[in-house]
Order: sequence, then structure tokens, then C-alpha cells
Amino acid sequence: MGGLSGFGFFGSVTTVGKGDEGSAGRDIGLASRTAIYSMLGFVAVLFVAPLVWMFSTSIKPADQALSTPPRLLPSPASDTLKIASENYQAVWNDPVVDFPLYFRNTLIVAVLSVIGMVLSSAIVAYGFARVKWRGKKWVFPVMLATMMIPFPVVMVPLYVIFKQLGWIGTFSPLWIPAWFGGAFNIFMLRQFYMTIPKELDEAARIDGCTHWGIFWRIILPLSRPALTVVALFHFIGVWNDFLGPLIFLNDRDQFTLALGLQLYQSQTGNTPWHLLMAASTMVVAPVLVLFLLAQRTFIEGIATSGLKE
Amino acid sequence: MSARPAKLTRDTSWKHEATGLAWISPWVIGFLAFTAGPIVMSLYYSVTDYSLLEKPVFIGAENYQRLARDEIFVGALKNTLWYAAVSIPLGTIFAIILAAMLNTRIKARALFRAAMFIPTLVPIVASAMVWSWLLNGQIGLLNQALGWIGIKGPDWLGDRHVAMWALILMSVWGAGNAVVIYLAALQDVPTSLYEAADLDGVTWIGKFWHVTLPMISPVILFNVITSIIGTLQVFAVPYIMTGGGPDRSTYFFTMYLYDNAFRYLNMGYASAMAWVQLVIILALTALTFWLSRKLVFYRSA
Repeated sequence: MGGLSGFGFFGSVTTVGKGDEGSAGRDIGLASRTAIYSMLGFVAVLFVAPLVWMFSTSIKPADQALSTPPRLLPSPASDTLKIASENYQAVWNDPVVDFPLYFRNTLIVAVLSVIGMVLSSAIVAYGFARVKWRGKKWVFPVMLATMMIPFPVVMVPLYVIFKQLGWIGTFSPLWIPAWFGGAFNIFMLRQFYMTIPKELDEAARIDGCTHWGIFWRIILPLSRPALTVVALFHFIGVWNDFLGPLIFLNDRDQFTLALGLQLYQSQTGNTPWHLLMAASTMVVAPVLVLFLLAQRTFIEGIATSGLKE
Repeated sequence: MSARPAKLTRDTSWKHEATGLAWISPWVIGFLAFTAGPIVMSLYYSVTDYSLLEKPVFIGAENYQRLARDEIFVGALKNTLWYAAVSIPLGTIFAIILAAMLNTRIKARALFRAAMFIPTLVPIVASAMVWSWLLNGQIGLLNQALGWIGIKGPDWLGDRHVAMWALILMSVWGAGNAVVIYLAALQDVPTSLYEAADLDGVTWIGKFWHVTLPMISPVILFNVITSIIGTLQVFAVPYIMTGGGPDRSTYFFTMYLYDNAFRYLNMGYASAMAWVQLVIILALTALTFWLSRKLVFYRSA
């Protein structure tokens, strides 16, 4: 974050308010504080409401999905567990849309893709951050520029290439490219490596360590937080991807969850909302659990991504 | 470095270059195979008639000329630009306001922030399902809620004058990502600046306009540019929720590209569209940078 760290123009350098709970932030009067609480509360409720409603619909019987006024729990509420398990079992055991298989497929693709993305991006970032060579001065900007290239621009030729490779209708297009690194992830890791003191490398080199040794024994272990961010976001990206699987997979047995959910909606025709919401909840749940487990990593990962130059 | 010190460095410099290249070689190979190669291929396809089943046949600029006359294409382009022109400013202003509110001295900031961030994690297909349900004209929760305050809600996704607005409304639901980024930027603004402004008796609006906005302007620029690139590619949500309808009122650029490529097998025509899309994105990015020259304030070291 080189350019953002000094405030020379203002002639003073202050510590940055980074606290998380009320400690930082600008002080304001009681009246405006009340107004802010109510507005934030209102917006927060609006933002979470669609998900709450999704879950609520998923645990109600078909004839109550549309009840007026809307209720959160089925009536009688004591039946909640029974109805919920009926709905979710109906989705899980659907005769046409094989959700257990799609879960498995998505997991396979996601794990293969995440391993490749983390490893390759970590290696390439080392080349940009720690190896002295002149070429990087112009390769690095080229790499940054590639982030602007929209996927639709390359999707037609990619389809042709993958078809010739015999990859269409297999998982390969969804994870093999990840093994060649991602520009944004490389960039983020490179920025992180730059914050690791160079003295560590030099000491290691004096001890006869090679670049690979420095990378493997010093840089990688110290970069665990940044690597976790890359892994998490890439996992979510694969889990959520719709266009990639839509183009490259054509056999129902190969579908990922995203495609499976869409298939479930379109093939049932007159959509039973309570079951569709149960299926949606199943697709969303793993991501939400991941977020709850690693909330800090998520927020910090997003927060820093916007501050990079 | 004025005088090149030793011959030694020059002799070994190719070794450094080779080492560097070796480290970044995964990206270089991937770039050539999955980005640069396809871009060149796409440029070639764009001047051919290519159905995937037969070899491409060179037809010159015909695809591009056809695009200019294609009303569906022009409509999809207009829809896409309109969607971007409304949803990006709306989302940006909304996110900055929320972030500014979160940056006051309040409790439970992490909770509010999490509530706003969570929707951005929801898989696109799932959010399309949830919103189809919420926006359902007859039995959707939104129209029920509007009914309580005496408003008869429209058929959000079924009315050609409303469907685009429904999608724009839905895009605001994804503002949480930007909120988190803006909040981090706001927390980086030195408090001394506000203290100095307080001493001068500056109102909160004045502080927001003259201190806060300039200080976070590089982050705003970054976010606006990422939004431009992302929004101009919008595909999955309208594809699933409206299929482009009603009357193609929510038919977007990437959807028409996809349909041409994979439904009508007009790979050449689709590639010409892809190039138009690339040029539009690059041009709008450049334009945004150019317009922002005087507006963005970089703290100098």
C-alpha cells in the first residue's frame, strides 16, 4: 500500500483507527446516533430478509408458502422439524435432479481448483516479489491489465480449444486453468510478500538456501493468512460459478450445484416454491457456514483488496 | 546508477531473467493458452463465418456491419449501458453512505457489516431463485409488504417497464462488498484531519465533502472501475430470472453473445460481439480514468 501510507501533504502522520468495536470511528451526538442505529438496523434487516424468507419458505408445507399474512414458521409451529425434514428429503432424493451427485461434483472441482490456484499463484507471486530480474517491470503491468479482459471475450475460443482437447463435458475446463494462477490472486500475494522483511531471505541465502528453499521454508509459512484469503475466495468463486459450467458441461451427470439448482427450477415447470427454497438453502448453506467460521479473514481480505494500487 | 559497474553483472543477467521467467512461467503459459491465444483467435473468428461444425470462412467486416444493423444487438447494448449507468452510481452512493454510517462511533459494527456482506456470498443462481420468489407479482413477499401500506405492487419480472428496475433493485443487494471496502478506506482517514476541520468549525457535510470524499477517492475510483467491468458482463441473473424478457426488456449484451455462440452456433458473429464488448469496456475504463484525473486525490508520500 505504498502510496497510501504517508500523509506528508498534511504535515502530520497519525495512527490509523483500525479498531473493530466502537473504539474507532467518528464521534457524533446522541440524536444522530439514534438515527444512524435505526437506519443501519433497517438496512441490515432488509439485506438479511431475503435469506430469512428463503429459509422460512423452505420449512413450510406447500400450501403455506403463500400464506397471508406471511409467517416465519409453519402452523402449527410444533410441526416445523417434521415438515422441514420432509422438504429437504424431497429435494435431496429428487428422482431427476441428483443433488448428492452435484454436491460431490462441485466439491471435486472446487478442491482441485483451489489447490492449483493457491499453489501456482503463490509461486508466480514469488517471481514478482522476490526474484531480481528486469523483465518483471513490463510483465507485471501486463498481468494487471489482463484483469480487465471480460470472460465473454474469450469464452468462444476457449470452447473451441477445449473441444479440440476433448475437455468439453468433463471437469477439466473448470479446474485445469486454475493451475496457471489468477492475476488478481498473484497480485494480492505479491503485495503481501512485499511486507515480509527482505532480511529473512538474505540470512537464508547466506546459509545456502536456494530460491525454492526460501519460498518453501520462509515465504509460504509466513503467508498463511494471505493464502487462506486466496483459497477462501477462490472456493466461493468456484462454488458460485454459473457461466463456466453452463458452457463447458453438457452431461447432466457432470453438473455442479449451480447448474443443478437451475435445472431443478426449470424442469419442474410449475415451481413448488417451498422445495425450490429448500434446494437454494442447501446451495447457500455451505458458503454461509464458511463465512461464519472465517468471518475475519473474509472481511480483511475484501477490505485490503480495495486498497491496493 | 550511472556507470555500469562490472561486466560480471551483464554476463549473469540473463540468468536472473531466466530465473524470474521460470518462477512466473505458470502464469505465462496460462496467459498464452487461456487469454492471449483466445483473444487472437476471437479476433480472427470475428471476421469469419464460423458455425463450429465447419471450418471458419473469411468474410471480412461483414459481422461488424451486421451488428450495426441488428436491432436485437442494439437493444441489448442499450439495456446493458442503461443498467450500468443506473446501478453503478446507485450502488456506489448507497455503499458510501452505509460505510460512512458504519464508521461512526457505534456498537455492533461488525454485526451490521456482516449483515450487509452476507448477500454478496450467496451463489448467483440461489439469489436468482430467492428474488424470483420475493418479486413474484401475485404472491411475492415484496408485493405483500407493499400491500400493507396501500400500494399495489407491479408484476416485477413480468412487466416490460418494470423488469429492468427489479434487476437494478436486486443489484443493490450486492452492495455489501463495496461497503466493506469503503469502510476500511474510511478507517484509514487520519482523525487529525477531522480534528483540524472541527477547529475551523466545519459542518459534517463540509467534512464529508472536503475531507472524507477526497481521502477515499482512489478507492472509489477502483470500485467504480471494477463495477464497470463486472456490470457490463451481467449474465446469470437475467438469464435465470427473466430469460431476457419480457419483450427483451432485460436482454443483455452477454446473453445475446451467449445465445449466438452456443444456441445459434454463430461463433463468428458472437466473436465480433465479444470484440465490441472488449473495446467498450476498455474505452469506458479509460474514460473513467480520464474524467477522474482532477477528482481523485492521491496522498503523496
